[in-house]
Amino acid sequence: MAGSGIAVGGRAPRTGFRVPGFVRRSASIVVLLLVWEGVGQAGWVDPFLLPVLSDVLIRGYSEIGGGGLLWFACLTLYRTLFAFFIAAAVGVGIGVAMSVSKGARWFWDPIVSFAFPIPKIALLPIFVLWFGVFDVSKITMTAVACIVPIISATHLGTRNIDKYLIWSARALGTSERKLFWKVVVPAALPAILTGLQIAFPITLIVSIVCEMLTGGQGLGGYMIYAARFGESDKVFLGIFFTALIGYVLIEGFAWLRRRLLVWHAETSAPA
Amino acid sequence: MNAIRFYTPLFLLVAVWQVAATASLIDAELLPSPVAIVQGLAHLLTGGDLLLHVGVSLYRQMMGLFLAAVIGITLGISMAHVRWVRDVFEPIVRITYPLPKSALIPLLILWFGIGHNSKIFAVFLGCLLPVVVSSFNGTRGVNTQLVWSARSLGTGPVRLLWKIYFRAALPEIMSGLRIALALSYTLLVSSEFLIARAGLGYLIQSLGEGGDYPGMFAGILIVALIGFAADRLYVTFMNRVLRWQDQA
Repeated sequence: MAGSGIAVGGRAPRTGFRVPGFVRRSASIVVLLLVWEGVGQAGWVDPFLLPVLSDVLIRGYSEIGGGGLLWFACLTLYRTLFAFFIAAAVGVGIGVAMSVSKGARWFWDPIVSFAFPIPKIALLPIFVLWFGVFDVSKITMTAVACIVPIISATHLGTRNIDKYLIWSARALGTSERKLFWKVVVPAALPAILTGLQIAFPITLIVSIVCEMLTGGQGLGGYMIYAARFGESDKVFLGIFFTALIGYVLIEGFAWLRRRLLVWHAETSAPA
Repeated sequence: MNAIRFYTPLFLLVAVWQVAATASLIDAELLPSPVAIVQGLAHLLTGGDLLLHVGVSLYRQMMGLFLAAVIGITLGISMAHVRWVRDVFEPIVRITYPLPKSALIPLLILWFGIGHNSKIFAVFLGCLLPVVVSSFNGTRGVNTQLVWSARSLGTGPVRLLWKIYFRAALPEIMSGLRIALALSYTLLVSSEFLIARAGLGYLIQSLGEGGDYPGMFAGILIVALIGFAADRLYVTFMNRVLRWQDQA
């Protein structure tokens, strides 16, 4: 492993010169991009395998202008989010039902525990057989792939709610309906959000693969066509855009979580 | 026995499915009956090619996962200890983390062709970051009193790394590996669906295109069972390795 260079305790000896934080946080990426551009300009790598960075950017400019790249990104975004919202609504519903009713737990528990580890993407040919190659099969496949972690996180979150919270609310005369919305849901929210955050990257992985396999445009279809025609600059553009969508959505989620849990922490603090 | 009782609803569903299929309530073209799927499975087993495809797929998946585990654990622990390693790799990890790794498959096909290597790399890249992040977090979260005690008893840096940091980080590393295990099958099947000449994904795809739907469902069943069995085995292994740990 990392032999002699280990500064035990994680503290490097201070040198006289201090590198500012933002330089330290982005230096390796800048260097990587410069090396990419450099080896391309110097002609050390085959541009078919690794197109020059600036060529990719120039191509990106024209693709956004006329090639419909933005439209493809929107299509991917629409399919991903649509599938995610369906999975979230149904998954949270099933998860809560499992905590509330014994029958639901009896039925869903084995299904969830069987479905959890299996690679759901293998089901895609079945959905294509049933729903064709258009949006319905893509969205169904994506929703099925990401619903399982949502169900199990919701179930775990709603099952392990602090009993004292519920007893206190009951003792103060809260109706069952109000108990559910005012106590159970907020108390389970962190776990539910965690489940949604785990599920989200899976949603994106699967929806991209679905587009690659069944076409119908979108970023996945864009990349696989580009790969078939050997247009590696377009493949890189597709990767950039997919990464951008992933980054924006995942950061958005983290922001949403902070917002929601600020409220949650305030309401549950007195209890 | 308990496990069988637990899975009763699944067996009931299969029974209902079979009854509905026998009563011709469902179109056999769209959903073959369980009996037909088992026949398809038997056909695949006697047909000879199945074991080859399973072997090819498992080879790709295990190679990719193994590389991801070795490199990921090394990198994660180094990042937690060595300042410059962390400075170099943390921005790269942060910027590549939100990228769905399946988006890299077309590029890997361009780079490595349609044989083993593009699949192994797809699995490797898909599994790498969860392992790096869990090793990094696990190592950083090690109780400093453990480290101080070991050091005051005269433990050298290399032994400290192996005996204290690695062991104490192991629970987190192992749960990261479990996530990687699940992802490895997803990426394997995705890349084999896309372009391949062998492997389970290829088998399922070609059976479906040939209209052999019982065979296609049987292939999917095999993939599902492999994924399920691998996870169960891994959890058993994990519980054995971590049996010193207090169960929360």
